[in-house]
Amino acid sequence: MAEMTRRRGLTGYLLLVPGVVWLALFFVIPFYSLVAASLFDPGGSVFSGYEMTWHVQNYWDALKEYGKPNSWSDWGPLLRSFWYAGLSTVICLVLGYVLAYAIAFKAGRWKNLMLVLVIAPFFTSFLVRTLAWKLILGDDGPVVSVLQAVHILGADGRLLATPVAVIAGIVYNFLPFMVLPLYASLDKIDHRLIEASGDLYANPFVGFFKVTWPLSLPGVVSGTLLTFIPAAGDYINAQLLGSTNQRMIGNVIQNLFTDANDYPAAAALSMILMVVIIAMVLFYVRRAGTEELL
Amino acid sequence: MSSPADLADQGAARATARTDSFDGLRLENVTKSFGSFTAVDDLDLDVPRGSFFALLGPSGCGKTTTLRMVAGLETPTSGGITLAGNDITYAKPYKRPVNTVFQSYALFPHLDIHENVAFGLKRRKVGNVDAQVTEMLELVELESQARKKPAQLSGGQQQRVALARALINKPEVLLLDEPLGALDLKLRRNMQLELKRIQTEVGLTFIHVTHDQEEAMTMADTVAVMNAGVIEQMGAPQELYENPRTTFVANFLGQSNLIGGTIKSRAADVVTVDMHGVDVSIPAARCHADGDEGWIGIRPEKVLIGDPGEQLDAPGNSIPGGVVTDVSFVGVSTQYQVRMPWGQEIQVFAQNTGHRRIYRPGESVELSWRPDYAFLLDASQDAKAGAQEGTD
Repeated sequence: MAEMTRRRGLTGYLLLVPGVVWLALFFVIPFYSLVAASLFDPGGSVFSGYEMTWHVQNYWDALKEYGKPNSWSDWGPLLRSFWYAGLSTVICLVLGYVLAYAIAFKAGRWKNLMLVLVIAPFFTSFLVRTLAWKLILGDDGPVVSVLQAVHILGADGRLLATPVAVIAGIVYNFLPFMVLPLYASLDKIDHRLIEASGDLYANPFVGFFKVTWPLSLPGVVSGTLLTFIPAAGDYINAQLLGSTNQRMIGNVIQNLFTDANDYPAAAALSMILMVVIIAMVLFYVRRAGTEELL
Repeated sequence: MSSPADLADQGAARATARTDSFDGLRLENVTKSFGSFTAVDDLDLDVPRGSFFALLGPSGCGKTTTLRMVAGLETPTSGGITLAGNDITYAKPYKRPVNTVFQSYALFPHLDIHENVAFGLKRRKVGNVDAQVTEMLELVELESQARKKPAQLSGGQQQRVALARALINKPEVLLLDEPLGALDLKLRRNMQLELKRIQTEVGLTFIHVTHDQEEAMTMADTVAVMNAGVIEQMGAPQELYENPRTTFVANFLGQSNLIGGTIKSRAADVVTVDMHGVDVSIPAARCHADGDEGWIGIRPEKVLIGDPGEQLDAPGNSIPGGVVTDVSFVGVSTQYQVRMPWGQEIQVFAQNTGHRRIYRPGESVELSWRPDYAFLLDASQDAKAGAQEGTD
């Protein structure tokens, strides 16, 4: 009996092993090496090696270089990233909510097909899809031609290399991450609650804001997080659809790691990005009153 | 508490005062179809103001659809609904003075009890909401639970919140969609009494949809028995039970023995029927059969069981030649199955008064009943219609 209990206790720990090994290999070790790199002596290089000097100054240097706005029109990569990511998240929320609402409440037998269509873009590579947008939004592409024809854009106006193209790309790429959690929480809402709100003198508009919206908040919170966090660190959209004037923090970090070979600055910037995102998420989730998500 | 007769009088008085307008809820020729399925078929229904009205029927009979049309959650395919003379057939649910207690309660899970009850008042921008909510929660004895979420309450408490949330709006008609279905028997009994008390206290019109015949009979002044989209019969519970007009009502409301017979003669006040060689008489007012054939109906508790040749309750209809096939003793009564000479088994419920002995299986007995208790139904109807498996 005691033998069996002990073995059962051991099974539990054995089952934990693969997960723990995975986390150690792919999270703890890289994270440790990132923190370490951010404190290396900036005087070293990839070729001569780095020295661990607890050089906290790396953080201040990175913030000074990339974190403060240069002018009213040039916010610098860090603030620009949060601005682009925030605006994209809001646009995704509006588009995604309407789509998820339609799928959950109005699609009837087309529900599954519509969900498949939402996920369908994942069957092609992120990179290929963003390159396709480069063609769509290109100077000779259909969108620019139409906008020029209706005089929204001037004769030499363009979309590529503008914030519009970058934000459009981010919205497109992260929309499914917004739609799926929104759909999941809207689909769970009992229709009878909406009927009950109508029965209790709430017109459809009031009923939406008093019943449907609050009940869908868990989906709103997880959808906005799933969109905002990767969007803030994204560099593909700014790289392919923008110019140096639309550089986001992801572009800077990528550039520092791969071209400038300045590992301490790149690592420090990554850490700053992560800390700021965690702080914003904590604040947001507290405000939204859905702590149970964390 | 007003009896149905009083209510009818009040209704008549109002009808004359306001000429041809009826101030209760009126459904005229209402039909509701879903594709090729007709859920409610050409329904006419008058619910007098202030009455406790029950719509009784098996699941799928169209009673919930009827309720949803009154609430505005479904639109009739044809026909009209008026409330106190105003046409509300196509009015939006949030514009009708009608509230519903939903079958599943449909309490808002993100709001606490106080906010749930206040919901309707706040939408109508009524003043003094908090005081009214507190008063209403006192009525349903939940004032101590005001700040809890619905999920923290028991089924019975949630049911009372749902009732309070609807009642606080003082609707002209309160609709109850099987609100007691999810409760256990004891709680259901208590809630039945409580609902009846509240209805008497506030004097609103209640329309209660249920498939529980006992619940309908104990609570309502008027019961409408619904089957396959039409109302089979409507009236006071006692009237429906004692004088059912269709086999469905006879079987759905309590139990009935239905025995085939041929009509021999129809006099002004009595009809004589040949029941497998025995003549039985039935008051003409209790005959609902047109042709020469009919089902003779008698409730099991109205049948007396005695020794052969024993004249019980004379002058009655006496049917000799029965043999007891099954006896179940249930304390307050004894239930017999008696096989008649023509092969049919008749149910007999005998009160255990102690005055009569209990028969054993195999004994020969003679059954009898008073002519006033029997009824005659149309032979074209299915004798098994509305019969339930087992009894409540």
